[in-house]
Amino acid sequence: MNILRGLLTTVKHLPQEKVTIQYPERERPTRERFKGRHHLKRYDNGLEKCIGCSLCAAACPADAIWVEAAENTDEQRFSPGERYAKTYEINMLRCIFCGYCEDACPTEAIVLEHDHQLSFTNRRDAIYTKTMLIDPPAEGMEGTPRQVEPGVYTRSIPEMQNPK
Amino acid sequence: MGVTSKLGNLGVVTTTLEAAINWGRTNSMWPMLFGLACCAIEMMSSQASSYDASRFGMELMRPSPRQSDLMIVAGRVTRKMAPVLRQLYDQMPSPKWVVSMGDCASCGGIFNNYAIVQGVDEIVPVDVYVAGCPPRPEQLIHGLMTLHEKIKSERIVDWAK
Repeated sequence: MNILRGLLTTVKHLPQEKVTIQYPERERPTRERFKGRHHLKRYDNGLEKCIGCSLCAAACPADAIWVEAAENTDEQRFSPGERYAKTYEINMLRCIFCGYCEDACPTEAIVLEHDHQLSFTNRRDAIYTKTMLIDPPAEGMEGTPRQVEPGVYTRSIPEMQNPK
Repeated sequence: MGVTSKLGNLGVVTTTLEAAINWGRTNSMWPMLFGLACCAIEMMSSQASSYDASRFGMELMRPSPRQSDLMIVAGRVTRKMAPVLRQLYDQMPSPKWVVSMGDCASCGGIFNNYAIVQGVDEIVPVDVYVAGCPPRPEQLIHGLMTLHEKIKSERIVDWAK
């Protein structure tokens, strides 16, 4: 009789909703503040936000970020102000997704978004370059580098509101 | 070499055999319990009911290396643990695979110091690296999917080596 009583518990659970998430087909939605892969952002006019200051690399506890800056000119402008990031690399296998780079960035150029499916068969593939990290310009907007009028984009850090 | 020369011209037969064996290998892959740190908690979670790795034939974690095909190195490996890891890997029967789960196992992560091995690929051949600190169970399963794809692309010629 005890075995039947045990089986009754099993039978009771059969019609209930299944708890397993069928992962590759279905995904559990991430929380809003979840930190996944980094994205380099652009302004609405298509210029890059990153000014190559390397503050993210200095803040990184795992030394996962490598930034090399170069000078902007009005003939070849990537970002407002004097400099832009010529090389921007993040080693995804070093990165611990803490978000300190996000906090350190003066122009809010780097944002940790929700993509998290990062697995590699080769360690070299884990190094994400600038072309892989940067978001494409908004639709209809010209990308970078571009030629601009002299004297327009002199300020590297935009006017920003104080945090509330 | 012998296998290649004997089976080289049997195109249809060997591709079907490859597909069948690779299917068998991917769908009954028992992982070895090798939790070393916080990644082990996520590894347990990927085995539990929400994510349920047994959907992919990973029915149970084997504590014995003799009964396992896949070593999931979950966590930072200290220099003192390194010989143990190598010995357990050597005790696993072929064919065997290694997944390096998380930043610490893959390249030392934030522990860039004398006590931690800077990546388990210094001691064992790693097939898949999973990024994350620690990776979500979904990320680990994504890594296992990457490994499945890698195994499915293996050719009979490579087994002979």
